[in-house]
Amino acid sequence: MGRIKPKAVEMAKRPVEERIKSFDEVALGYTAEEAMKEAERCLICPKPTCVPACPVHIDIPAFIKKIQEGDFLAAVRIIKQDNPLPAVCGRVCPQEDQCEGSCVMGRKFDPISIGRLERFVADYEAKTGEVNVQPVKEKKPQKVAVVGSGPSGLVCASELAQKGYNVTVFESLHEFGGVLVYGIPQFRLPKEIVKREVEYISKLGVKFVKNFFVGRTRTLDELMEEDGFDAVFLGTGAGLPRFQGIPGENLLGIYSANEFLTRINLMRAYKFPDYDTPIKVGDTVAVIGAGNVAMDAARSALRAGAKKVMILYRRTEKEMTARAEEAENAMEEGIEFHFLVNPVRYHGDENGWVKEVEVIRMKLGEPDESGRRRPIPIEGSEFRIPVDTVIVAIGQIPSPIIAQTTKGLEVHKRWGTLVANEKTFATTKKGVFAGGDVVTGAATVILAAGAGKDAAKYIDYYLQNKDKPDIWEELTKAK
Amino acid sequence: MGYKILFKEEVGPGAYRMIIDAPHVAKNARPGQFIVLRVHEKGERIPLTISKADKENGQITIIFQVVGKSTKHLSLLNEGDELADFLGPLGMPSEIDNFGTVVLIGGGFGTAVLYPMVVAYKEAGNHVIVINGARNKDLLLLEKDLSNIADEYFVTTDDGSKGLKGFVTDMLKQLIENGIKIDRVFAVGPVIMMANVAKLTKEHGIKTIVSLNPIMVDGTGMCGACRVEVGGKTKFACVDGPDFDAHEVNFDLLMKRLRMYRKEEQESLEKFEKELAQNG
Repeated sequence: MGRIKPKAVEMAKRPVEERIKSFDEVALGYTAEEAMKEAERCLICPKPTCVPACPVHIDIPAFIKKIQEGDFLAAVRIIKQDNPLPAVCGRVCPQEDQCEGSCVMGRKFDPISIGRLERFVADYEAKTGEVNVQPVKEKKPQKVAVVGSGPSGLVCASELAQKGYNVTVFESLHEFGGVLVYGIPQFRLPKEIVKREVEYISKLGVKFVKNFFVGRTRTLDELMEEDGFDAVFLGTGAGLPRFQGIPGENLLGIYSANEFLTRINLMRAYKFPDYDTPIKVGDTVAVIGAGNVAMDAARSALRAGAKKVMILYRRTEKEMTARAEEAENAMEEGIEFHFLVNPVRYHGDENGWVKEVEVIRMKLGEPDESGRRRPIPIEGSEFRIPVDTVIVAIGQIPSPIIAQTTKGLEVHKRWGTLVANEKTFATTKKGVFAGGDVVTGAATVILAAGAGKDAAKYIDYYLQNKDKPDIWEELTKAK
Repeated sequence: MGYKILFKEEVGPGAYRMIIDAPHVAKNARPGQFIVLRVHEKGERIPLTISKADKENGQITIIFQVVGKSTKHLSLLNEGDELADFLGPLGMPSEIDNFGTVVLIGGGFGTAVLYPMVVAYKEAGNHVIVINGARNKDLLLLEKDLSNIADEYFVTTDDGSKGLKGFVTDMLKQLIENGIKIDRVFAVGPVIMMANVAKLTKEHGIKTIVSLNPIMVDGTGMCGACRVEVGGKTKFACVDGPDFDAHEVNFDLLMKRLRMYRKEEQESLEKFEKELAQNG
């Protein structure tokens, strides 16, 4: 292995002037030579710190070893033992807080670029067309319904299928992938990649049903009592957009980030009129909020033709919840960041179109329950900013529909999230498990994937011990 | 899963009835609910009220009017063709009960949405009065269906070519002035008509429900495109509605929001018609 190599191999990015005009992927990925060079830097620690820091516990040193040896297909097979979505996670995971954040190399030098390597081998496998599907050893008779085809549902379905269960994924939209297709833009995660991962999971024997809204098309109770599902995993995400509830918020030209991104990503509105769904993007766009969704919305607005895009955030750069890399990309592309301002009212014209956002200046006070310093309005500091389009990206909460239409499914009053045991993911309704954003509130793809994976373990345990008298108490009380 | 068109007929100028093979949707559909469909792979998601759900045969009837590109395209499909997507039932079912005497008002194309409500109110034991209004007699929809079920059936036309010359509100006013005790009004049609009905019934203290038709995208509560103001609060028509208390609805906002994409809708339709002309 030889000498320590302190610097990580850079990954090529599309130049700024080119990327702000198109929805093509920004990050271009490693070549085989670059991947092997980067893999060479890994010390292959016998007691790795990166693996426990990964929510799905990929055997990172083992797959990097295979890259060092030039056996890229073996590398991707190792990843897929723990994560069926390597091409997705290699692109959108916050590796800096997880595997790469705990890498021992990172203490003094650049950490190993684990995400880039994961992405490389996944793309390599797709390019060579040699996707390897391990045959399932023994089939089990039980049926499991997975509700929602986002990251938690996909991983849960994949795990359960590999354990031999009969799994059906129900999706209410017309494409599979949940937030991966309606939320995350093409330039960060091309939709073909999500399609590829879904195809892989369906090869494992998972049945995919679209245009099926559990809670309306069928209720959860009907799935279990009439349609013969022995267990259910709810991975329905956090899709209900939040608004501030301030005057003028329903003026024309004010979108929730979810609507804006759904029109662009799921409905391909940026290709209107070739695609039928339109979108209105004016010259000056204000995005409210500074999380990953806000960055995605701001960068999408720029690509959809806006001349000036502003992020308006009530705290400071330090408190932003967006990944550093995403905020950096946004800044590189010329998005303006305005800190310590908070909208208090929108002003419109006589036809009801938004024209100005009135904001108030904020200062930071004592830390709040999130540990971040609480923003406090400075009285009398209101001023107006002219805008043509506004995108409200201040968070999403779970849709209330399933809880409303299901007997015995408890919800946390404040956030609308489902009550589920933290270890086993068992909800208050027997046979029903839940994980991902629907339990935690809006979080990351990989945390949802991890929840789907761990839940599959307990769904398996439940189905194998269903006749034990106190099985549900055991699962809901587990610590 | 194909969503096959089993039956198609023209029920008025530019208005069509279609029966779609959709057993999953038919099974749980209730009056007042709607579906979202996409005509083709690049299509937009459009919401349409369920006109009839045949649970036994797994079929859903929709009635639609050609207003833009998507409905134009839909109207060109024929029996045996399949829709790209068909999702439902969506929205809250209407609150149906035996209220006593119910006046159901359909204006223009709204009459298509009215039909399942008339059936449901009648089945619940109400004395059902229907007011069917249109600009002229050629645009009146579902005359036979409605007059067959209703206990009392009235027609209004703007030009007087049939029934009372005037608006549906003129007819409603007559009923009220004649001393008929009305326990509930259900109205669906152009926003201005619903707003005027609401104004009239508010004066007389008659509980009134309207079915709103804002622009939608997903129809499942995740985008907020369909937000409406009811009682000063923002509601999502797709999950909180489409039925709302007419006396609480901000109709002015609804009207404005419906016009948001007018330019794009025009552009899309023109492009489609040009393509049609080119392809003969």
